[in-house]
This record gives sequence, C-alpha cells and structure tokens, in this order.
Amino acid sequence: MIQYEIRKNAYYDSVTLMLISKEIKNIEGVGDAIVGMGTDLNKELTVNIGLKHTLLDAISPNDFYIAAEVDSDESMKEVIESVERLLTAKKTAAGSDYRPATLNSAVEHFKEANLVIVSIAGQYAEEEVLNALDHDLNVMLFSDNVSIEAELRMKQKAVSKELLMMGPDCGTAIINGIPLAFANVVKKGPIGVVGASGTGTQEVTALIDQLGSGCSQVIGTGGRDLKSEIGGLMMLQSIDALIEDPETKVIVLISKPPAPEVAEKILQKVKLTSKPVVVDFIGGNQETIKNAGAYACLTLEDTARKAVALANGMEPVDFIGFTEDESVIDELVQKSLEGIKPTQTNLRALYTGGTLADEAMKLLGNTFGGIYSNIPLSPEYELQNLNNLKGHVCLDLGEDQFTVGRPHPMIDPSTRTDRFKTDIDETVAVVLMDVVIGYGSHENPALEAAQSVNALRASYDEKFVVVASITGTEGDPQILSVSKATLEQEGILVLPSNAQAVRFVHKLLTALGGMKHA
Amino acid sequence: MHKINQLFQKDLKVINMGLESFYKDLKEQDVAVIHMNWRPRAGGNPKMIDLLNRLKSNK
Repeated sequence: MIQYEIRKNAYYDSVTLMLISKEIKNIEGVGDAIVGMGTDLNKELTVNIGLKHTLLDAISPNDFYIAAEVDSDESMKEVIESVERLLTAKKTAAGSDYRPATLNSAVEHFKEANLVIVSIAGQYAEEEVLNALDHDLNVMLFSDNVSIEAELRMKQKAVSKELLMMGPDCGTAIINGIPLAFANVVKKGPIGVVGASGTGTQEVTALIDQLGSGCSQVIGTGGRDLKSEIGGLMMLQSIDALIEDPETKVIVLISKPPAPEVAEKILQKVKLTSKPVVVDFIGGNQETIKNAGAYACLTLEDTARKAVALANGMEPVDFIGFTEDESVIDELVQKSLEGIKPTQTNLRALYTGGTLADEAMKLLGNTFGGIYSNIPLSPEYELQNLNNLKGHVCLDLGEDQFTVGRPHPMIDPSTRTDRFKTDIDETVAVVLMDVVIGYGSHENPALEAAQSVNALRASYDEKFVVVASITGTEGDPQILSVSKATLEQEGILVLPSNAQAVRFVHKLLTALGGMKHA
Repeated sequence: MHKINQLFQKDLKVINMGLESFYKDLKEQDVAVIHMNWRPRAGGNPKMIDLLNRLKSNK
C-alpha cells in the first residue's frame, strides 16, 4: 500500500532529504520511497516511481512529505520514526547557531560577511544573488537550472560592482586558502587558477599540491561563462584580479573549448600581462593560445606540471608519459592482463567527474573505434539505451539522467555502485574510474569503490583489470595516501593522475589487440 | 584597488544559503560562517511571488 506523511511548512535541503530517502528504502517492509519537499520535480518523481496518490496534488513546495510503498501501517510508522531520527541527528550535528531566514537579516546579523554560497533551487537563485550583490557580497552560485539570461544579468551586475559571481553550477573554488563546496585542501602558493570546469579545476589544483607547489586563489566561473551569450565576463574579471594580486605569480585558465570570439577576448587580455599564463582549453586550438604568448596544455596534469615549472622558474615541457619508468609500466600492463580471456575486449569507464570523463575519451581518441557515452565526442556514439551497453563505454555519472532524485555521485557513490552491478559483463576486460576526494565529496569514496569491485569479483567468474586515479591531496579529510591504500588493497591499479590512468588503459587495450567496435 | 583584491586580503566570512553540508565543512575548518534557514518566498507559490514583486515595485 502507498502511504503519505505530510508536514506543512517544514523546510529541509534537498541533499539531506535524498540521503534520507536512500536510508529508509533499506527498512524491511518498505518498497520504493521518497522523502522530499513538494517541488514539481519531486512530485513528478513520486509519480514516476509509482507512488501517485490523490494527496500529492495538495502538497506545496513549502511542504515536506514522505511517500512510501509499505506492507503495513507498522512499516510506515517505522519509516516516519526513522526519518525523524535522521533529521534530528543531522540537526544536532549542525549545532544550534542563529539561522536567519532572509539574506537581509543574515547581513544585519553578520555585517562582516564578504561571500555568500548559494545552493538553493535554481528558480529562486537570481533574486537572492542580485540582492547579495546589492549588499556588496561576492557570490558562489552552486545551483544549476538557472537560465543563461539570468546568468548574464547577475554577471553584468557583479562586473559593474567589481565582485565575484562564480557560477551558476559552480562546484569548485578556493578563496584565501579555503576550499568552498567541492574542493581540495591545497597548499597556499604562487599559482592563481580560473576554472570553468569543476572537476577539471580540482584535478589541476590537487596535482599542483602533489607536485609541491600551491595556489593563491582558485576562482570558478560556471561552465557557460565562455559561451557567446556570457562572453567570458567572469573569467575576464577574475584574470584582472589575479594580474593585480601580488601573491599570484602564474595564472592558469581551464575551460572546455570557448566560443571563438570569447577565446580571442580572453587571449587579448592574456597578452597584456607579464605574468606567465597557462591555458587548458580542453581539446581546443593550441596555436591561438601559443600566439597569445601563453602556454598551451595537453591534459589537466600537463596544465598542473607546466604551472608548477613556471612557478619554480623553469621552462615548461610537454608531459605525455608516466611518472614511473615506462618499462615498469609495460611490465605492469603484461602482468595485469594475465588470465584475461580473448573474448574480453571492452572498456567500461565509470566517472563521477564530467571533465575527467571527457578527458579520458579525448585521450583514448579513435584508436579503438570510438567510445560510447552519455557525453560522446561525436553524436554517433551517443548511448541510446543506458541499460544496454556494447563496445567501449565511458559514462559521466554526474549527468542529469543518473541524478534524478539522488545526489551527485561524488556525494553519494551508490549510483556508481549500482552501475558496477549492471554495466560489467563477460565482454569487459578493463574498468576505469575516478575517485574524487576533498570537501563536498563523500566521506570515503575510495572505500565505496573498493567495495563495489570486491562485490563484483565475488559474483563474477572472469578476471578483469581495474584502473583508477584519485583527485585529491594529503590535506583532504579523506587523505590521498589512505584512499590510495584502500583501493590498492582491493587490487585496483592507482595511477598518479587521470591522464596517466587513461594512458595506462590505452596500453592495456592496445595489448588486448586493438579492438574494432565502430 | 579592485574589490575582489580587497576580498583576497581579508579573512573569508561566509553566509551559506542552501545545502547545509557546505556550512558544516566550513565550520569544521574554523571559517566564520552562518547558515540561513532559507525557504522559498511565499511558500514557492508563483502567483504570490508575483504579487509580492508588484507590491515591492509599487513602493
């Protein structure tokens, strides 16, 4: 039977509720269940998972509700009690500080505030952000589902007020050494970064830290900043700030290939500074970057290495290999393929970071006859059916089709745990994955990944090779070396960067005989 | 001096509006932060919000 519990005017944030939804589904006697605010999206999801009820229409976005398929009234009682317990636990953990309901009262109470992080539902974001900018507050806008017109209005206001408006959909920033949202604990240092890609920025800054250098500031712009409609407003404004910043000796720019006229504007500005500028327009035109006197990059790791070389007063060189001696790598390739059957030829790359998935496909290129994906490099490799995989596959599990009603897989790795069960079959020889640690991420993503691999090995006769890289630092709460040991204990091969993990996979696939799945 | 550069020279003081986990992460790092008990204006009712906006612009 389907039962509902509705609380009028009770507000909880979406990630908290999605995590609680997941926990109550584990209660005995409970089928599908949803715990959420009465937004249109949640109501639609409720119908889609078969929990439709006449009560649903009366629920407003300001109401909190539980809908569950239960086998008895007792089970529902247990659901309600569990939700109460979980909500109380989360509240207690957060302390009992004063919590203003409006931005105006927050500013009144906390006059020294200089930055607002906004992660409310996208449709309410513009009003709050414009108000924050009116209060001379810098903004990090994490929310997505914000229109490009609203983005332009917010950014124009921020530019006119000389403030930061990072976002929308900005997941990563490190301001004055403080990681915000999804970011790593990176040492303070001479490299200033402006990134239009969250996980791309995390990979570069984490590697800068691992290479012994550090970051002055890491500014996010949101993924659409370098599109024609926005014209790079926030990247241009951020470059100005880094040029003026005495702590910044080297500037790094990271973005997917910008609109050509925006790239030109950015590179014009780059020409004006005497500070060295390292540019990774992931897969974009290298010549235009070099012509502007900047350093063009091949991978995210190459970007970090070039920036660190310049910060150390050295001439940067292209990095296209491995940290380890290549003969050691080749030996490892041969050894790991022992026991793989001739019928096992396919790759499954299961990524939580979109830019890392994109980089993997670009580095593997067309050598192996194309890679199917939900974010393919060319349309003919678009996966039509996510539940029927064939050939080589690379998935970005952070995309919308995987995150309806559940948190991003960096917060809740169960999306990938589930895909492990469905996506690895007897044709698979190699599994590739990222493990992103740091603030914002799950408390132990390496353990979750290791457990997935362990469960798979127990239920599956074929041997397969699992290759991973970790985006993170020793300073992160999950600790890079501890995460690495966790993966290695499960026989997972951990390479020092995404680029090296992909190159290793390239060698594995080549050794397996250059498959043709086109 | 550019206002962003002024920010670079100050301690970060944050207002968090939305996901509570971001507040907890900052608190754990001893950053000065307050978390808002934010909820949609007028209960998220588009008609009411429209009315309130009209009242505001008529002020």
